[in-house]
Amino acid sequence: MPQSRSERIAGVFIYIILSFITLLVLYPLFFVLIASISAPETVMRGEVWLWPKELSFVGYERLFANSELMRGFLNTLLYTTTGTALNVLMTIAAAYPLSRADFNGRGIFTAIIVFTMFFSGGMIPNYLLVKELGMLDTIWAIIIPSAVSVWNIIIMRTFFQSSIPKEMQEAAFIDGASNMRVLLRIVLPLSGPILAVMVLFYAVGHWNSYFSALIYLSDRANYPMQLFLREILVQGQMQEMVDISDDSLARSLMDAEAIKYAAVIVTNLPMLLLYPFLQKYFVKGVMIGAIKG
Amino acid sequence: MQVRRNWQLYALFAPVLLYFIVFHYVPMYGVQIAFKDFIANKGIMDSPWVGFKHFERFFDSFYFWRIIKNTMGIGLYELAVGFPIPIILALMINEARSGRFRRFVQTVTYAPHFLSTVVVVGMIMMFLSPVSGLVNSIITSFGGEPIAFMTEPSWFKSIYVWSGVWQGMGWSSIIYLAALAGIDPQLHEAAKVDGAGWLRRIWHINLPGIAPTMTILLILNIGSVLGVGFEKIFLMQNSLNMEASDVIATNVYRSGILGAQYSFSAAVGLFNSIVNFIMLITVNRIARKVSENSLW
Repeated sequence: MPQSRSERIAGVFIYIILSFITLLVLYPLFFVLIASISAPETVMRGEVWLWPKELSFVGYERLFANSELMRGFLNTLLYTTTGTALNVLMTIAAAYPLSRADFNGRGIFTAIIVFTMFFSGGMIPNYLLVKELGMLDTIWAIIIPSAVSVWNIIIMRTFFQSSIPKEMQEAAFIDGASNMRVLLRIVLPLSGPILAVMVLFYAVGHWNSYFSALIYLSDRANYPMQLFLREILVQGQMQEMVDISDDSLARSLMDAEAIKYAAVIVTNLPMLLLYPFLQKYFVKGVMIGAIKG
Repeated sequence: MQVRRNWQLYALFAPVLLYFIVFHYVPMYGVQIAFKDFIANKGIMDSPWVGFKHFERFFDSFYFWRIIKNTMGIGLYELAVGFPIPIILALMINEARSGRFRRFVQTVTYAPHFLSTVVVVGMIMMFLSPVSGLVNSIITSFGGEPIAFMTEPSWFKSIYVWSGVWQGMGWSSIIYLAALAGIDPQLHEAAKVDGAGWLRRIWHINLPGIAPTMTILLILNIGSVLGVGFEKIFLMQNSLNMEASDVIATNVYRSGILGAQYSFSAAVGLFNSIVNFIMLITVNRIARKVSENSLW
C-alpha cells in the first residue's frame, strides 16, 4: 500500500527523534571511554569530545596499582558466582512445584511469596535479623538475604507452564519417572533460554549491588568492588592512589579525574564485552515476564 | 494421594518457604520494635512496649514535613516523567520500519540499565562538576556561568528524575514493545483501508492494545511512589542538597543503621510501608472499577 505524504513526513520525523534519543544515551558512555584514554589535562580543558587526545593510560595504571580495588574485584567475583548459583537453584526449586497443577497448596504458597513484594518489614528489622543470625561481616549476609526474587520465580513458573509440553512430563510419569527425574531430565534441558536469562539478571544484580555490603559489612577486606567504586566516584576519596606528596596538587587532581573514567570502564568491561551476545536473551526474558502469569 | 506422591515437590519447595518465612516474615514480625523501646540485650520479644511514642516523635519532628515533601515530590515527579516516556519511545520504535535501525536504537537505549547505581551517580557527578564537567564547559563556552548542580537543592529532583529516564527508558519500553508486537496487524490493515492516518491508528489501535500493560505498570509505579529509589538518592545526597534530597528511606538509614535508633527508624520505615501498601490497594481498586484491569 502506498504511503501518503503526511505518513512519509511522520516517518522521517520519527527517525530523527529516535536518532537524537540514541545519541543522547550513547554519548555519555562514549565520552567516558575516550576520556579514560586521553591525557587528563586535555579532558579538563574540554578538548576531548569526539576522539581521544594524547593517548594516556594513567588512570588505568593508578587503578591497577591499587591492591584494595583488586581485592574488591575478586570479592565481587566471589559474591556474584556463589550468589547467582544459589539464586538460580532457589528459583528453580520454587518455580517448578508452583508450575504444577497437581501441587496441592500452590495457591497459598504463591500468595505467601507474592505478598512479600508489596509489604516488608523494612530496613531495620532486616538488619537486626541478619545481625542476630551472626551473619554480619560474612559472605552470607550478602548472598542469603537476597537468595531469590519473587519476580523471577513468577517469570520462570510462567515459562515452565507455557513452554514445556505437559504431555512429555505425563509420559515420563507413566514410564515411572519421579518428579525429580522429570525436572532434571525433561524440564531443565528444555529451559535453556530462561536459565540463561535468570543467570544474567541475577549476576548483573550481584555485580552492581553495593547496598547490602554497605550495611552488613564493616571489614574493608570483604568489600565488593562497588563500595570502593563509591569511594572513588562519589566521595572522591583517592588518597592512596594519587600520592600528593610527590605530585603537585594540580597534577593529582587531574589524575583523580582520569582514575574515575578508568574505573567506570574497568567495572563495566565484562558487561560491555558480553552485552552483544546476551542481548537476545534478556529481551526474551522480559518478554516472557510480560506475559502475565 | 497427591501430597504423598509429590513429596519430592514439597522437599524442593521447603527451602524456599523457609527462606521466605525467615527473611521476609520474621522481619515483618520484628516490626513490632516500632512500638517498643528496643533494648539490645533483651531482644525484640522482651523489650518494653511504648505504644505510639516513636510515631509521635516522627510526626512532631522538625524534619517530618521536609521528608514527606521530598519523598512525595520526587516520587510524583518520577511518575509523571518516567511513566509516559517509555510508552512514547516504544510507540516510536514500533513505527520505525527499518529492522536494523530499530535494533540499533534498542541495543543502545537498553545498555544504561546494566550500569550500577554507583557508576551512574559517578557519571552524573563527573558530567555536572562545576570545575571539570562537560555540561559546565558547554555552558561556559556559550558565555554562561557554571552551575554547581550537585550542591544546589533546586536542581536535585530534576537531576535525579532525568538521569533515571536516561538509564531506564529503553529497558522499560521492552514490555510495551512486547505488547505492541501482540497486536493483530490485520487491525492496522483494515484501518488503513478505511483511510485512518498514522496518528489515528496509534490512538485507536496501538494505545488500546497496550492499555492493559499500561494499567498494570501504572499501579505498580504508583504503589511505589513513596518507595523512591533509595540507593540512588543516598549516593547523590550531600550536606548541601539535603534540603531537597532527604527522603524517608535515607532518614531511616541515618537514624537507624548509623545512629542505632532502631525503634525510631523502624517506626518511620513501617509508616512508609503502610502508606505504600494502602496506595497500592487503592489504585488497584480504582483500576479494577475503571478499566477491568488490575493486579488482582
